[in-house]
Amino acid sequence: MATKDYGGNTVDVNDEGYLTEFKQWNEAIGEAIAKEEGIEQMTDRHWEIIKYLQKYFEDNGEMPSIRNMKKTGVADTKELYSLFPGGPLKKSSRIAGLKKPESCI
Amino acid sequence: MKNLLILGAGTAGTMMVNHLNRKLNKKDWKITIVDQHKTHYYQPGFLFIPFDIYKEKDVIKNKKQFIPKSVEYVQEEIELIEHGTNNVVLKNGKNLPYDILIIATGSKIVPDEIEGLKGEGWFKDVFDFYTIEGASALRDKLENWKGGKFVVHLAEMPIKCPVAPLEFCFLADWYFTKKGIREKVEMTYVTPLTGAFTKQNCSDVLGYLMEEKNIKIVPDFDVELVDEKDNFVQSYDGQKIGYDLLVTIPTNMGDEVIARSDLGDDLNFIPTDKHTLQSKKKENIFVIGDATDVPASKAGSVAHFQADVLTKNIMKFINGKDLVKEFDGHANCFIESGFGKAFLIDFNYDIEPVEGTFPLPIIGPFALLKESRLNHFGKLIFRYIYWYLLLKGLPMPGISTQMTKIGKKIKTK
Ligand SMILES: Cc1cc2nc3c(=O)[nH]c(=O)nc-3n(C[C@H](O)[C@H](O)[C@H](O)COP(=O)(O)OP(=O)(O)OC[C@H]3O[C@@H](n4cnc5c(N)ncnc54)[C@H](O)[C@@H]3O)c2cc1C
Repeated sequence: MATKDYGGNTVDVNDEGYLTEFKQWNEAIGEAIAKEEGIEQMTDRHWEIIKYLQKYFEDNGEMPSIRNMKKTGVADTKELYSLFPGGPLKKSSRIAGLKKPESCI
Repeated sequence: MKNLLILGAGTAGTMMVNHLNRKLNKKDWKITIVDQHKTHYYQPGFLFIPFDIYKEKDVIKNKKQFIPKSVEYVQEEIELIEHGTNNVVLKNGKNLPYDILIIATGSKIVPDEIEGLKGEGWFKDVFDFYTIEGASALRDKLENWKGGKFVVHLAEMPIKCPVAPLEFCFLADWYFTKKGIREKVEMTYVTPLTGAFTKQNCSDVLGYLMEEKNIKIVPDFDVELVDEKDNFVQSYDGQKIGYDLLVTIPTNMGDEVIARSDLGDDLNFIPTDKHTLQSKKKENIFVIGDATDVPASKAGSVAHFQADVLTKNIMKFINGKDLVKEFDGHANCFIESGFGKAFLIDFNYDIEPVEGTFPLPIIGPFALLKESRLNHFGKLIFRYIYWYLLLKGLPMPGISTQMTKIGKKIKTK
């Protein structure tokens, strides 16, 4: 298992850079990962989404789908793409310290 | 008398009715199966219709001929599954109470999930090939098509038969070559995946083949809309891809009855135990085929392997025994690669497609993850195996329910 250092915090990560222990996560780490994902400035809205994902994961043991977030009024798809360009779920879940959403077969 | 009710008489439902008709004690159990349609479609055959390799008549038969006489077949739309009271309501208002329910309502394309897709260009220069209507309309279009930008587009996963879009590309390349217009056709494959396919080994091999056939791959493309006035597809991050002819695989979803009955996830797929095939919501509801949410391919061959396990589990359930956790995600698909050749892949939940031989170690005769002529014949023969063995719930010669590792070059991690 690889580890990574974010400003003095050492965390366990898998080979794609996702945290394997959510307990090790904090906002500073989230912010640093966001930079790696090309998001320079995490806004309040970014954090709202991240907190939502963490809560959802805690309750359900998995990530919500983009369709689910749209259906439940959390955020529409267009907004998610503008907040996390290129791959909203892939990026936001990594910033949130959660698992990468399982890809389908 | 107890009731075992099967919803859907497609690939999986028909297999189950044949299995259970042989197993259940007729003195105690009455079996009923419901489907809205009279016709059974051999869906894998839809792939060949646009290229005029198969005609409509090759892919349709009357459903009734595959359903045992001693079983009651009801042709009607299913309105609601009342899982709280073990009852199913049909569109005509009739009630079908059950003791055990098997849901096999499959999945289908839902073009309305994508903005603009079912607009002015639908079936004019935008087509699907996942329905008989789409496949036939596309054949008529291709017949007189003179070339231009040909875009094949996959909206999102999961879809049934995940290799079908690639096979479609390969066959189109062959078709245009045969017609002598290949150099007038610019082929592009647009996908939300990061490569040609979901399974890495396969993706490498198939991606290479795409390149060799001069089919450009545009990966990581999450479609936002289709503009059928100016003929382009647009992604959420603003990428636009123009087309003259667009062939799309729209979002696949379970039937609306699943949503109405509050049994599904966001795509109307039913949360199901991936090894036992029991629904997660109710003990006496089982799910098979494309209708489940299990992370296996949505394919007829998968339904076939599932049917063996589910038959065991229905008998266990009736006898009050523990269910077997035997379904391992086994899938087995021929992949048409054009010019009379095909690939064969065999994989499960844990093991990716690898090289080797199939079904017998070393002898084969089919080569795994390699292109061969024999595999192509395997694919064509599959239609007969489907009609005459699979639907009747008979075993495929030499092929076991669980994936075998012998004769395969499996890499240890
Ligand atoms: C283009 C294409 C190519 C394919 N190629 C292959 C291949 O090469 N190999 C392979 O193994 N698989 C292939 N497949 C996939 C295969 O056809 C499906 O996985 C298989 O048919 C699934 O079986 P099923 O019983 O779950 O669903 P289906 O066979 O689709 O049956 C579902 C049935 O439920 C009925 N139903 C649904 N809702 C209702 C309702 N509300 N009321 C009444 N009836 C209802 C439908 O009418 C239907 O008959 C392909 C599919 C397509 C589209």
